[in-house]
Amino acid sequence: MHELTSRDPGVGDTGRKRGVKTILWSLLVLTMVALALPFSGYLLTESAQAQASGDDQNARANFWRAVREGSSGYSAVRGPETGVLIQNGGENWRALRNGPMMTYSSWLMAGTLGLIALFFLVRGRIKISNGRSGETVPRWNAFERALHWYTAILFLVLLATGLSLLFGRLVMIPLIGKDAFAAYAGLAKDLHNYVGPFFSVGLVLEILMWIRHNLPNETDVAWFASGGGMVGDGHPSAGRMNGGEKLWFWVLVVFGLTAIGSGLVLDFPVFGQTRAQMQWASLIHLGTTVVLTCFAFGHIYIGTVGTEGSLEGMTTGRVDAEWARQHHDLWLKELAAKGIYPESSSASVPSGGAAQTRTT
Amino acid sequence: MARMKFLCDAERCIECNACVTACKNENEVPWGVNRRRVVTINDGEPGEKSISVACMHCTDAPCAAVCPVDCFYTTDDGVVLHDKDQCIGCGYCFYACPFGAPQYPQASAFGVRGKMDKCTFCAGGPEADGSPEEYEKYGANRLSEGKLPLCAEMCSTKALLGGDGDILADIYRERVLLRGGRPQTWGWDTAYS
Repeated sequence: MHELTSRDPGVGDTGRKRGVKTILWSLLVLTMVALALPFSGYLLTESAQAQASGDDQNARANFWRAVREGSSGYSAVRGPETGVLIQNGGENWRALRNGPMMTYSSWLMAGTLGLIALFFLVRGRIKISNGRSGETVPRWNAFERALHWYTAILFLVLLATGLSLLFGRLVMIPLIGKDAFAAYAGLAKDLHNYVGPFFSVGLVLEILMWIRHNLPNETDVAWFASGGGMVGDGHPSAGRMNGGEKLWFWVLVVFGLTAIGSGLVLDFPVFGQTRAQMQWASLIHLGTTVVLTCFAFGHIYIGTVGTEGSLEGMTTGRVDAEWARQHHDLWLKELAAKGIYPESSSASVPSGGAAQTRTT
Repeated sequence: MARMKFLCDAERCIECNACVTACKNENEVPWGVNRRRVVTINDGEPGEKSISVACMHCTDAPCAAVCPVDCFYTTDDGVVLHDKDQCIGCGYCFYACPFGAPQYPQASAFGVRGKMDKCTFCAGGPEADGSPEEYEKYGANRLSEGKLPLCAEMCSTKALLGGDGDILADIYRERVLLRGGRPQTWGWDTAYS
């Protein structure tokens, strides 16, 4: 078309110019129309959709879509959710549990253990800098210790049984076989379900008992700023609870209570919980308990191997005065203000115990 | 080898619940457990549809994927079965199943549920075919006798079909061709891949 017009004979110079102009304009119009035409489809479909708004247009598709989305019908079989034909949440639960949750939780726990091992290799045991004084102060009373060990032991039982239910199929079945593992897993599941509520009581009592010591203050900011005495040789000030202990406390409050709540939803399936609620509870329980476990690893390390003189506070109830000066200097001063001074424990332990009961 | 499937024709199901009753009777299903149930969508309204649903014996069964003790297995016929001796009654298969098939004889505090029970496609369990132990735990093993699941076999309108998936598809295709309309192989896109 272009060539034809340009070769049109007998057209003068001005005529040629006008011809070129016409060609350009017509080309532009053609291009615009060509670009705009495909969009006309939207006009058509939009008017069609406007006509078809309302469920009657594609009733069958809408009907089965509603079923796939988990809408409920009537069933003569009575029971929770018997009217639901398809519950899709289970597929998501399966994908999340068997996928990212298992993968990342195993890496998180292994990574935490690795970091702790690395820290131990680099930093070693944090010793009492000035050596033991031989004098002790009371740190945890008998009730606190009993409650701590009650909760700690139940936590370890829950941890072992919970991990067995999550990873046992991957780790233990290849080792001991299906039948042996099934026998153990049945016991593990029962233990987990029965111990859980008892652990919950312990944790809630601990929180109530220790919350007044764990309210954050400015000392904790300085404590964290200087790395909590874990890096370098500085010994930041701390009251009865240092910043790290307070962090562990609040982790227990937030993640511990969430884990308890989600666990109870799963443990007592007698209140008509729906599958969706139990799927969520399971994922939340898994996520929070993994975080708790990682912090517990750190807590156990610091309380035993990591720090000289810490464990005896929770076993005998008394700590060395030098340990207290190094890790909880403000607390030692508070004790002194209350008239509790370090006592020699070189005397026989029973008399020390008797002294403790007199002072507290 | 056949690949066993269920197919419920929503155009034919009349919600008589005979499949539910036949299953309970044939398999001596525990109290409170219904391996099969009929669900009616838009009950009482024009265009209501009923579907009989039980374990669909999925290709990639979610129950088997999440079982902590790995007690599920798929037979050569594509039937998903489980070993009640290994089952710990944790409830995970019940969380995972889209069809609500796994059920428990008990529901009490501390998660005590008892051993999971579900449709076996009338194919029993891991015990010897037709043994009293098998019947006690899983109910009938009709497949080993060359029979198909009783729920589908006695369906009065032949809405519920059970058997080799290829044959079911042929029967169903023929029906759709004759009566017009589109196929509704209910649940197949969820269960089978």
